[in-house]
Order: sequence, then structure tokens, then C-alpha cells
Amino acid sequence: MTEKVLMSGNHIVGEASVLAGCRFYAGYPITPQNELTEYMASAMAGLDDGTFIQAESEIAAINMVIGAAIAGCRAMTSSSSPGISLKQEGISFLSAMELPAVIVNCMRGGPGLGNIAPSQGDYFQATRGGGHGDYRNIVLGPASGQELADLTRKAFDYADEYRTPVIILQDGMMGQIREPVEFPEPIKIQELPPKPWKLDGAKGRPSRIIKSLLLDPKVEEDLNWKLVKRYETIARDIQHAETYLTDDANLVIVAYGTAARIAKGAINRAREEGIKVGLFRPVTLWHFPKRSLVDLSSSVKNFLVFEMSTGQMLEDVQLSLEGRSRIYFHGRPGGVVSTPLDIKKVITDCFKQNGLG
Amino acid sequence: MSEKIFKRSEILKDAIFHYCPGCGHSIIHRLVAEVIEELDIKDKTIGVPPAGCAVLAYNYFDIDMAEAAHGRAASVATGIKRVLPDRIVFTYQGDGDVAAIGTAETIHTGNRGENITVIFVNNGVYGMTGGQMAPTTLSGQASTTTPGGRSPARDGSPLDLSEMLAISDGPVYIERTSVTSPRNIRRTKKALIKAFEIQMANKGFSLVEILSPCPTNWKMTPVDACKWVDDTMSDVFPLKVIKDKSGEK
Repeated sequence: MTEKVLMSGNHIVGEASVLAGCRFYAGYPITPQNELTEYMASAMAGLDDGTFIQAESEIAAINMVIGAAIAGCRAMTSSSSPGISLKQEGISFLSAMELPAVIVNCMRGGPGLGNIAPSQGDYFQATRGGGHGDYRNIVLGPASGQELADLTRKAFDYADEYRTPVIILQDGMMGQIREPVEFPEPIKIQELPPKPWKLDGAKGRPSRIIKSLLLDPKVEEDLNWKLVKRYETIARDIQHAETYLTDDANLVIVAYGTAARIAKGAINRAREEGIKVGLFRPVTLWHFPKRSLVDLSSSVKNFLVFEMSTGQMLEDVQLSLEGRSRIYFHGRPGGVVSTPLDIKKVITDCFKQNGLG
Repeated sequence: MSEKIFKRSEILKDAIFHYCPGCGHSIIHRLVAEVIEELDIKDKTIGVPPAGCAVLAYNYFDIDMAEAAHGRAASVATGIKRVLPDRIVFTYQGDGDVAAIGTAETIHTGNRGENITVIFVNNGVYGMTGGQMAPTTLSGQASTTTPGGRSPARDGSPLDLSEMLAISDGPVYIERTSVTSPRNIRRTKKALIKAFEIQMANKGFSLVEILSPCPTNWKMTPVDACKWVDDTMSDVFPLKVIKDKSGEK
């Protein structure tokens, strides 16, 4: 670990990506993630083997990342909601061609152009694939400066290990906060596992093809089942969540990212008044940490899902719990950021209205 | 004893082209393969075919190849080349790919002066999807989506992407050729060699636009299709060196 430094969320992702061996970044300006693009411009300029390209569009940027991934380089692009929509074609192609890449979505209010305030309206888009076709992405939901650093490292490792795009689903709040962070030691690029599928010119070996056009439906079906097997492995191996004050809780809030930070503040206030409320915070959003939520439901019978959306992760909670517990919902879409005080009131109301004691 | 004086390039796999009789892609594939072989760059060349008739190019070229989404070949090639600057990277794209859905990618890749080579096969129609109007369809030319002929007032005039690219400072070499006669085929091969050599010398972006007959969608015999390229298409898209600053220091 390096010494503790104070940095903004977008810069943390940038630095963590460089330490993770990212040597290719392509992006396009959009608020509230510009500081990441700008950080990468400086960082890559300082590296002999680094490439930064300000692309002419989000579409071009993700396709440049595809090219870099094809050539075996750890590569990243970032954007905010409307720009991520434009990248969906490329993310579908990354999945089909089994290419690793890291995509950062600094979510903002939507739909449409929306606004530049923090939001969580892109959960469905990220966790359900987002582009066309039958695929999923690994999706990580950081909730602090430190976690932005830690999950960025993991994102590159997961992408290479599973040969799949990984989405870091943060938001305008996470991108703009300044928090102390300790970075992990830089990886040694030359010690990363080889990529025997990459294209670098067929020297001393048969030529290779990387493609996604599979005209024979049986062959396309085979690829889809191959991806499903990989997703099953991911679902088994990558389910992470944090629990906070859940042991004696009559009500557990389920929230991720910025919403979880707000919920924690509300829980602390409620606890001061003796209200037994806790937090379940998914860190991996896909795969959703179903196992630990189901385990928790053996002792907790009331869950309150809080999202900065009209209710998207809510469906994963419902699908996980399958009626085992009661599920309440509170959401503020469109870029409205609740305060811990607001959510504390939601908690006390929930206790009162439902007789939770 | 007979002497073997012509054979398939070793860069081409022993596979039967899926292209229609009289299609220019077969000739252009052979030329690209011969150029890669003659320049001795097989083991360091990476090709990026498009979406379109030539999407299956990787079934024929015995080199590393990566398929791009429709119109995105120049961006994918940019990513590959920036990571592997000592490899030779080319795209092989049709008119719809380069000059409609991929206009932004092509223009900006050229404007950045990326050290790649674009092989732009212009046959004036969307071939694979059955002959719809392309950006390069001539005014008055019938297609399945312009059954009465392309109307400039309604559909716009044919787009000359090579000339558009030449306006920007980035590209080093842009030439338009055709493959309608032995002479034109030889000129095309020469242009391809020059384009690859410019890349090998790290001089920057090169593009060869090749007017290519599509007898099937033009509903012509192969001979008539070649004649139409020579007499009609070449009037709108003249065969010439459009830009060449490869000699500049």
C-alpha cells in the first residue's frame, strides 16, 4: 500500500487504473466524469507505453478500446449515462468476442439528456447487459474513495480472468467526492497471465480471428451457452456485500453506492434513538449478492430498498428473497440526492406504519 | 514440361470465395494478399474487415484478423495500432461502412493521421443486404430503396468521402483506382503497395478507394458492370491520386 492521499473519486479511478496496468484509455467529454478523462490524459502522457485518445464520439472510444483489447492491452473507457448508452453496441461486441475491458459509468440523472446530478437510473442497463443480445456484464458498485481504488483494481483482474467487460457503476457523487485513499502496489504488466487469444501478427503460429458474426445458428447458440457457463462461474465466485448493524435489526436497508452512504448516516441517527435498523450493501451488482441476502432473510423479515431511482435493484431483491421477507421501497429519481435526515424519517415512518417495534 | 507461372498467394487460404461472379472483391482480395506477400509482412499484419459483403474476409486471408462493428473499423484499427505501433494494420471496408455509418470514425481517424491503411471498396450499393442506396450511389441510379433512381433533392448527392478526407491535414496518401481492366488492376496494386509502404515508413494515414463492380445488385453482366464503372461511375468518382504528401519531409 502507498501512503494515504486525499483525492477526488474520478481521479482515484484514474490512478487505480494506471496501477492496475491500464495502458490504453479512450474517452469523450461528458459531465460529471470529465476529471477521469483529464486524469488519464496526463497519466498516459507520463508513461512510455501509455495511450490516451480523446475520441470523436463515445462510439469511437469504445471501439478503440475494443481494438486495444484485441491487441492484448488492459484498456478502459469512461462516460456518464447518455454516453454509456452510446457505448452499448461496443459492450455487446466485447461480450460476443470475449474481450476484457473496463467501462466506468459515472451515472447522472435521466432519461434523455437529464441532468448532471448523481443518480442510479442505469442499474438495469448495466446489470441486464445493456446492449443487444443475450449477455451480462460484471458490475461493481463502489461506495467510497477507497472502494473506488480497490474495485478498479479488481475490475481489471476480473475482466482478464473472465474475458468479459466489467462496469464500474458509480455516480456523480462518487466521482466528485474527495476522500482519503491508500492505493495498492502497482502490478507488473509483464507478470500478467498471457493472452493466447490476442492478435499481434501471426508470427510463428497459425493466424487468428476475433469475430462475433456466427452465421450458423447452432454455432451462435454454442457461444451463448459458453457465455452462460462463464456467467454461472461469475455468479458463484463474485458475490460481495457489506452488512452493517444487521445482527439485531428489525429492518435492513438494501442500498448500494452513494445511496448506501446516505443510508448509513440515517441508520446511525436512527440507532441513536434506539431504532434497530441495519444495512445490506451490495458491492457486486452483477452478480447480485443473492446468497448473503437470502442468509440474512432467515433472521430479518423486513427490508427497505433505497435507491436513487424509481426502483431497479428492487427487482433483484425481490427475485432473491422470493417472498421470504417483506420488502418496502423508497426511491428518489432524476438526480435528487436525499440527506441522511430524509432517510432517517423514511426509516421511522416505516417502523411506525408497519409496527416494526 | 509445363511451368507454373501463376498461383494463389500464400496469404490466401485454400477457400472458395463466397463473392458473386464478377464481383470486384475477389480481385481486390487477391491484390491485398499479393501485396502483403510481396512486402513480406504476413507475420506482422492485422486486418480489420467490416460489416458488409467483405465481413467474411477473415475466411480467406491467412493473417490475424479482427471483425469490427458496422462502420467502426477505423476506431478498432486505431486501438490495435496504438498498442502495437510496429505492426501493419489495415481496414477493408465498403462504401456504406466507410462513408455512411462510419463517416465520423473514418474522417477523424484520418484527421488524427493514424498510421493505418484503409482499403475502401466503393461499389455504390449496400451489397450484402440486397442493393439498397449507398452514400456513393450515383444520382439517378436505381437501388432497392431508390426504385425510381437516386434523387439529389430527396436523397442527397453521392458523397465523395476521399475528397472530404483530403481536405484535412492528417491523411498522407489517398488514391482512387478501379479493377475493371488489367491496367486498372495493376494501378490498384501499385496504389496498395504505396499505401502499405507509407504505413511501414511510419508516415501516417493512407487510403485507397477502389471502384468495384457489383453485377448482381446493379443487375448487369460482369462485362457491362465493368463498362459502367469506366464510363459512368468514374465520371463522378474520377480515378486519380487525390492526395499525396508522402514525399514531404
